[in-house]
Amino acid sequence: MKPAAADGQTSHAHGGGNRLVGTIDHDRNGFDPHDILADWDTGEVSQLADGRRLREYQIVASDMEVEIAPGILFPAWVYNGRIPGPTLRATEGDLIRIRFSNAGSHPHTMHFHGIHPASMDGVPGAGQVGPGEDFTYEFSAEPFGCHLYHCHSLPLKRHIHKGLYGAFIVDPDSARHADQEAVARSRLLGTPENARWQEFVMVMNGFDTNFDDENEFYAVNSIAFAYFDKPIRIERSRPVRIYLVNVTEFDAINSFHLHANFFDYYDHGTTLTPTLKTVDTIIQCQGQRGIVEFSFADHEPGLYMFHAHQSEFAELGWMAQFEVV
Amino acid sequence: MMLSRASLLFPVALIAGLVAVFLTAQPFDYLSKGAPPGEDLTVEHIRLDGTGIHATVRAAGSEPMIIAQVQVDGAYRTFSQDPVGPIGYLETARLDIPYPWIAGEAHHLVFLTSTGAGFEHSIDVAIATPGTTISDLFGLALVGLFVGVVPVLIGFAFYPALMSFGESGRQFALALTIGLLAFLLVDTVGEGLEVAEKAAGSLKADLIVWLSALLTSLTLLAIGRRGGRPPEGVALAYFIAIGIGVHNLGEGLAIGASFAVGEIALASFLVLGFALHNVTEGVAISAPIRREAMSPVTLFWLAVIAGGPAIPGAMTGGLSISPFWTALAFGIGAGAILQVIIEVGGVFLRRKRDISVPWYSAASLVGFTSGIVVMYATAFVVRS
Repeated sequence: MKPAAADGQTSHAHGGGNRLVGTIDHDRNGFDPHDILADWDTGEVSQLADGRRLREYQIVASDMEVEIAPGILFPAWVYNGRIPGPTLRATEGDLIRIRFSNAGSHPHTMHFHGIHPASMDGVPGAGQVGPGEDFTYEFSAEPFGCHLYHCHSLPLKRHIHKGLYGAFIVDPDSARHADQEAVARSRLLGTPENARWQEFVMVMNGFDTNFDDENEFYAVNSIAFAYFDKPIRIERSRPVRIYLVNVTEFDAINSFHLHANFFDYYDHGTTLTPTLKTVDTIIQCQGQRGIVEFSFADHEPGLYMFHAHQSEFAELGWMAQFEVV
Repeated sequence: MMLSRASLLFPVALIAGLVAVFLTAQPFDYLSKGAPPGEDLTVEHIRLDGTGIHATVRAAGSEPMIIAQVQVDGAYRTFSQDPVGPIGYLETARLDIPYPWIAGEAHHLVFLTSTGAGFEHSIDVAIATPGTTISDLFGLALVGLFVGVVPVLIGFAFYPALMSFGESGRQFALALTIGLLAFLLVDTVGEGLEVAEKAAGSLKADLIVWLSALLTSLTLLAIGRRGGRPPEGVALAYFIAIGIGVHNLGEGLAIGASFAVGEIALASFLVLGFALHNVTEGVAISAPIRREAMSPVTLFWLAVIAGGPAIPGAMTGGLSISPFWTALAFGIGAGAILQVIIEVGGVFLRRKRDISVPWYSAASLVGFTSGIVVMYATAFVVRS
């Protein structure tokens, strides 16, 4: 950072300067925001007697101090030792079985945005787990799309913003979508069609470090400016797909804006045709999510920013960039 | 002698033993139940210049505080700290923030500590901090001269006129002095308590204002009466000059500080206001002097003592002076004023006894009221 020369006594121009001071010890935190980007937890896969696929997951909630910005330790609540929690990925129609144990100091749940019976809703009275206890959630992965899960214990705001949330991605079963099989296969993890895509999960979140119901830090995947200081590398020749989820507490909306390019957007990811075509900015309320698809094939290599288009959020950490090669 | 030494040793040894036990065994630490450290951060001074914003902060945490990040206007900014590292209890550090601040506009700072707590500070009107160039210092010295020394000298010019009214003129002048001093006492204590709020809470600067006022007035009373008699005439005039001088030091500091943060918009108008405000001080100082003891040399030194401190005050008001010391200065000023109120009041009452003039005459009532009203009315000009 090299400040520009001051221009006298009345006003002053410095290049940049909007950043954090110091570095984060990701090893101490136990997770690195760059590793989270494409870290899919597909569970332990087995076959049921009726031929249906079963995916089993182990999730532990615990109390953990997380360095959410250099030098700032946040007393967080976490799923599997990270914020956001593991990105659970399944295929449409799979049976999901989640053994959830609570090693924390308060009661917690896992409330999934998906289709499931009341007894599996993960709210106080249906799947809430006290400290030292456990519970097994079981439901079918429906509908396909980009979803999320979060703790639904009360007080809700505190349980969510302390870090209990994560992405839940259900890939379309291409066999069920014969009319759009190619599109469905491109979304289906494990297919050659999917392998050529560069996929990332981005959970837009914030942290209220002084508990005054306003966020001091904003980010995607928790660490402010992480993808700005160390840009996300993408190859021009391959398309990009972002599973974008908004869990930001206290603020009515969050947003995503891509520089120098436009994208197609699939609200909730529950359709195989875009719900918005050729846009460069979208907004999401809390709990809303969607799939962003774009390509830099015709661009020159270089750094391309993306960030919340609330400048306030951007300058408080939700600022990032792609390094297009 | 041996007995008194032995008896002193025992309680002192008890205290030392108690301290040693508490520091080593820490028998009551379990009561805190692992509570997070208490933190407090006070911004004592802000300097704005071509390189950005420079904030002097004082920490008052139960443990050394780490300033992890700095927000300016709701955005994280690079900064450097001098000295680096955690800031201990009541220690200060300077934070240098390269920031393109905008002249005439407000800026908001938030200092985030390692616990995530935020401490806010607002710069109401951003303006480059003066006092760094020779011409700025010369200008402020001139302001101090016009606010302090010149009006006191003008006030002396009222002396012959007041004396020409004979006894009632003298009574009027003394009563005016008491009225003026009463106003200054309230005003100085008020200023002291106001600046005390800006100091770190655990320094208890508000208490310091009251206690330093009390101790100063007692000390000056003792000095003034060291010959066994209360001061009168020229000696009393010098004490009044000292009290007003300490007050004017504070007034100078306030003017210098206001220039520094750009709060004084109509500088010439305000300097004039302060000057008119302080003319009354010259009248007050000269009031107890007998006509035969009057001399230009005496008046010169009285003016220097009463008005001179405004000059260094105005020159240094923009510098990084801790609010604690400023509050202490106001407390000392209030104490000096209290002492002269007591002594001038004494002169007033003794005159009644000596020459059987009722102290509650029309002249004294008009004088006392004038002292307060004139100060109050001219204060409007200064405050606006």
